[in-house]
Amino acid sequence: MAVITVERKPLTFAERTYIPQIVGGLKTTFKHLVRKKQTLEYPEQRPAIPAGYRGVPTLVKDPNGREKCVSCQLCEFVCPPKAIRITPGEIPADQPDRAHVEKGPQAFDIDMLRCIYCGLCQEVCPEEAIFLQNQFSMSGYTRAEMVNHKDRLYELGGTLPDQHFKWDHKKAAAEHGNAH
Amino acid sequence: MIASPKPDLVTVNIDGKEIAVPKGTNVIEAARLLNVDVPHYCYHPKLSVVGNCRMCLIEMGMPAVDPATKAPIMDPATGKQKINWIPRPQIGCGTNVSPGLHVKTLSPMVKDAREGVMEFLLINHPLDCPICDQAGECKLQEQSTGYGRGYSRFIEQKNVKPKRTQLGPRVTLDDERCILCSRCIRFSKEVAKDDVLGFIDRGSYSTLTCYPGKELKNNYSLNTVDICPVGALTSTDFRFKMRVWFLKQTNSIDTETSTGANTVVWSREGVIYRITPRRNDEVNDTWMADSGRVLYKQVQAADRVSAVKVGGADSALDIAVNAAAELFKAGSVAIVGSGRSSVEEQLLTKQLATALKASTHLVSRVGEGDKLLVSADRNPNVRGALVTGLIAALPSAKLTDLAAAIDAGKIKTIVSVGEDLTAAGLTAAQLAKVAIVYLGTHANATSAAAKVVLPTLTVFEKSGTFVNQQFRIQKFLKAIPGAAGATDDLVVLAKLVSAATGTLVSGDLSTVWKVLSAAVPALGPVTFANLPETGLLLDSTPFAALPFVEGETLHYKPAAPAAAATA
Repeated sequence: MAVITVERKPLTFAERTYIPQIVGGLKTTFKHLVRKKQTLEYPEQRPAIPAGYRGVPTLVKDPNGREKCVSCQLCEFVCPPKAIRITPGEIPADQPDRAHVEKGPQAFDIDMLRCIYCGLCQEVCPEEAIFLQNQFSMSGYTRAEMVNHKDRLYELGGTLPDQHFKWDHKKAAAEHGNAH
Repeated sequence: MIASPKPDLVTVNIDGKEIAVPKGTNVIEAARLLNVDVPHYCYHPKLSVVGNCRMCLIEMGMPAVDPATKAPIMDPATGKQKINWIPRPQIGCGTNVSPGLHVKTLSPMVKDAREGVMEFLLINHPLDCPICDQAGECKLQEQSTGYGRGYSRFIEQKNVKPKRTQLGPRVTLDDERCILCSRCIRFSKEVAKDDVLGFIDRGSYSTLTCYPGKELKNNYSLNTVDICPVGALTSTDFRFKMRVWFLKQTNSIDTETSTGANTVVWSREGVIYRITPRRNDEVNDTWMADSGRVLYKQVQAADRVSAVKVGGADSALDIAVNAAAELFKAGSVAIVGSGRSSVEEQLLTKQLATALKASTHLVSRVGEGDKLLVSADRNPNVRGALVTGLIAALPSAKLTDLAAAIDAGKIKTIVSVGEDLTAAGLTAAQLAKVAIVYLGTHANATSAAAKVVLPTLTVFEKSGTFVNQQFRIQKFLKAIPGAAGATDDLVVLAKLVSAATGTLVSGDLSTVWKVLSAAVPALGPVTFANLPETGLLLDSTPFAALPFVEGETLHYKPAAPAAAATA
C-alpha cells in the first residue's frame, strides 16, 4: 500500500502564543453570557406547551360538570400497550341529570408505566371524553402510584369546552321530542 | 332410526352459480350454502317466516318458455335459455326454491333496495353504539357498514321511546333500538309456547310490549335477547358488563340437565361474563334455558373449596393423596360417583373402584321436564356412567343401600366425587362412622365431615365429555384457568388410582381417551381432539331396557316402554 507523507506545517508566531484561540473561546463565552437564556430552571420554571402536545391522558367533563365518558371501552380496545382498564357500569335511572346517559365508567384506570403517549385513545373516543393534555411529567415512588384512577383522571382533565352537549340534547329530546 | 328418504333436490342458480338444494329451502338458506350472504333481520332459520324487515330483497327470474308451446325460449346472444327477470325485488326469506330459479343478490337493484331499507331502519334508530351491548354482534351495525349512507338525511326529530323497560326478570327492553322484526314475538309464541309479547300502536309509534298483566318470565326468555338482531332486548345480567369483542368464546355444554344443550362460554382474562347457546340442530337448535346461563356464577361462589385438607388442616395434594391411600388400605371402600362428572372422570372413578374392589353408587336428581330443553334428569352425564361401566342400573335419589351398609358396619371409607352425601340421604351419624374422601368444587356438609378434601374444578375450568340423553357424546372445553388451590379432577383421580394400584396412571385427557376408546367400542378411532363439535351418537341398545326418567324434549323421544321391554 502506498504511503502518502503529509508535511505538517510549522505553527506561525501568532499561533504559538495561543492568544487568538483564547480570545476566540472567550468571545463565545461572553456571547452566551449576554445572550437570552436557552434553558429553564426546570422544576420552578415550566416550558410553554405547544398546542396538540400529547401529554398524560386525562378524562374531561363537559361544561355542566357531567362526565362525558360512557365506558364504551374503545380506548381500552385500541390502546397498544394495554394501559387502559375500564369497569363499565349502569347509571341508575333516578339521577335526573344523568339518567339519559345510561352508562358510565365505574372504574377507569390508566397505567402510566405502560402508557406510550400515542394518543390513539383520544383519537378513537366517540364521546370526546379522553384527551392527552399538557402534563408531561409523571412520577411516583411505587408502581401503584403510577396508575391513574378515575378521580385522578378527572382531576387532571378538568373541563374542556364542548361542541355537542350530547346529554342536554338527549334530555331535551326525551322531554319535548317525538315522545310517545 | 329410519333413514329419511333422500329429499327431492332442486337446482337453482344464484349469482351465476348452480346449486342443488332440498325442496322447500328458501333463497337465504340456498345462498348460504354457496357462501353468499343475503342480509336479513326478521328471518331466523328456526322460526316462521314473516318477511317484514324487507332487508333480504333479491332479484329473481325464471327461464322463459313459450306460453303456447311450453318450449324454452333461447337467448340468441348467449345461446342459453332466456331468463325472465321479475322487474321488482322479492324477499329471499319468503321465496322457496323452484326448479330453474335464477337469483341475483348483487345487482344494482338489490343494492338500491338494501340501501333504501337501511335508510328507513336507521331513521329512528338511536346513535347508541358506544353504549349498546349489541355493538360488535349487531346485524344493523354490520349492514350499516355495507349499505348505510354514513350520514342521515332525516332532519326531523327522532322518535323518543322508553330506554329501559323491564319486560321480565331477566330481560330489559330498549324500545328506541327496536326495528320491529318480531323475532322475539315469534320465538315466544312458537318455541317457548308462552305467548306474552306483541306490538302495540301503528307506524313509527309501534312498540314491543308484553300483554297487559303478563311479563316475559319463562325459562327461555333470554333466547329473545340472543335472536334480537339489534340491541333492543338486552340481558339484565349481562347489561353494560363487558363489550363483546373482549370476550373469548369457548364451546361448552350446559350441565344443568341431561339434554346437553350446546353452549358458548364468553370469558375475558379468566372471568366468565355470559353463556349463550350454540347451534346444534340435533340437540338444542339455537336455544338454551335461562337457568343454564347463570351456572357460571358457581365459579366464583363464596363457598368454593380452595384448600386441600387432611383431617381439617390445610395440606398439600400429594400428602392428601397418601392419606387417602392409607384409608383405602383398611378395605371396605364405597365410591359415590357423580352424574355430573365427565365421562373421563367416571372412567377413572371406575378404575379406582376396580382397584379397591369398592361398591359404586350414583345419586340421581330428578326434576320436572319442560318438554323443551330441560329434561327430567338433572344430571348431565348419567349415561356416561353407564357407558363407562361405573354403574349398571339407573341410580336412585337416596343412597339407601349405602346407608344400610354403613349401619351394618360394612363400610369403612367413602370416596365422594363431588356429591353431598347428606343431601343424598346419609345422616350425620352415619357419616361420622366412616372416613370420607371428598373430591369437589364447593363446600357442603360432606366436605365439612371429610377426612380428606381434594378441591377440583368446575365444568368451565376443565375439558371433557358428557353423554346426553340421546347417548350423544359431546365435548366441552376449558374456558378459564382453574381456581387457585384446585386441581383437575382427572389428575386427582389418576393420583388416587395410582396410589391404590401402585402403578402410575396418567390424568392427561388424551391418555385417558386412549383407555376410553378401548373401553367403548362405539368410539373406535375417535379421539378427544377430533370428536365432532356436534357430538357423536353412541350405541344405546345395551341400555334400551333401562327405565330412563326423561320425558319427551326437543329432538328427543323416550323409547316406548313396550319397545324397551322387548329389547
